Amino acid sequence: MPVLLAIGTSKGLFLATSDDRGGWQVSGAQFPMNAIYSVALDTRRPTPRLLAGFASSHWGPTFATSDDLGRSWREPQQPPIAFPADTGASLQAVWQIAPAGADEPEVVYAGTQPSALFRSDDGGVHYELIRPLWDHPHRPEWGEGFGGQAIHTVLPHPDDPGRVLVAMSAGGVYRTEDAGVSWQASNTGIRAPFLPDELPEFGQCVHKVARDPVAPDRLYAQNHHGVYRSDDDGRNWTSIAAGLPSDFGFAMVAHPRRSGTIWNFPLEADISRFPPDRRCRVYRSGDAGSSWEALSQGLPAGDFYPAVLRDAMCADDADPAGVYFGTRSGTVYGSRDEGESWSLIAAHLPDVLCVRAAEV
Amino acid sequence: MVIVLLPGVLRGEAEGRSRLEVAATGTLGSVLDEVGQRWPRLARRIRDEQGELRRYVNVYVDGEDCRQLAGLATPVGAGAQVQVLPSIAGG
Repeated sequence: MPVLLAIGTSKGLFLATSDDRGGWQVSGAQFPMNAIYSVALDTRRPTPRLLAGFASSHWGPTFATSDDLGRSWREPQQPPIAFPADTGASLQAVWQIAPAGADEPEVVYAGTQPSALFRSDDGGVHYELIRPLWDHPHRPEWGEGFGGQAIHTVLPHPDDPGRVLVAMSAGGVYRTEDAGVSWQASNTGIRAPFLPDELPEFGQCVHKVARDPVAPDRLYAQNHHGVYRSDDDGRNWTSIAAGLPSDFGFAMVAHPRRSGTIWNFPLEADISRFPPDRRCRVYRSGDAGSSWEALSQGLPAGDFYPAVLRDAMCADDADPAGVYFGTRSGTVYGSRDEGESWSLIAAHLPDVLCVRAAEV
Repeated sequence: MVIVLLPGVLRGEAEGRSRLEVAATGTLGSVLDEVGQRWPRLARRIRDEQGELRRYVNVYVDGEDCRQLAGLATPVGAGAQVQVLPSIAGG
């Protein structure tokens, strides 16, 4: 079955296709000069739907969908995602697109900058602001990272439509158990080393959270220094950083089917955002973060400086799982054997902001 | 009637036209409101959902930068020409 790899860059969307995940045909750039902050492949539908959030530095942000694998796109005349007038806010970018569980095939969530969560009930075409999170009393105290204040992670619970987890940099993790009516900060155990109180209720700089595919109450988080696991749907977090060369990084990816298998791409430190030892290595755990192994076969052997951003690493849904990452220097690597070996898919692209892949 | 001139990159949002004829007069805001009613996707390239001009979009009224005049309250009379241009920002 062919695999489609969507590569969102700072200057457009590139699509790579492959029948064997060995040779790739790369096309693009679509939406040239637009930063593609988020892309999703919604395979719950009979016809897979691509969804992309893109932003022009001149013409602002917007959102489009494609039902023909990216050959054509639909952007509604009325704004797909917009803040109500009384909020006084305006959309800066869509950082995350998250299709809900299989039993809600028309529900799609969007995490935005400024930090807000939107919900679509028409398959991701139009969205409405989830007001209780916007009105949360903590919101005035949420900070922002270098990239801005955004909800960059949205994880609907696959077994319970009422439960959704979101995360933001310098705000932390928030959860709802009542379909968005109420939201609780959920950062117990996550450190904030950049604050005087290192264990605040909220304000942590969570970079990415991934959900275990088999045990959905198990979550994995890459933090701004700190790598954590939760076994109770985010109520409590414990460190799983031992065995990694650094606890800093952005990406965290879970296996599509196997419990406990995760990948990340460590960087040395917040003040030294280079790969440890200047070596290009993906780290994988097969035991939910109790131990880690470095994976580098096929990756550049010499000095390597580029970083991998929070959404610039993903897995596909094939068997064995494919794993992909793109760098800020515009290079994309892929593995069709769960990280054992890697090959180059694309080079010399604009800096990669996000990648998503699926069988189509 | 007011003439609104579009840069090439925005013409796809107005059926390929470089020159729009808009009935509204009064202020630049009212001209852009009519543009928004007739070409919503085009209008949100120029203003955000709160109605503010996007930071790196420049709008000239009869050759004068509206930000040096009264912004969206700049008077626009019949026969005026409104030109939309991208600023030189970018990398």
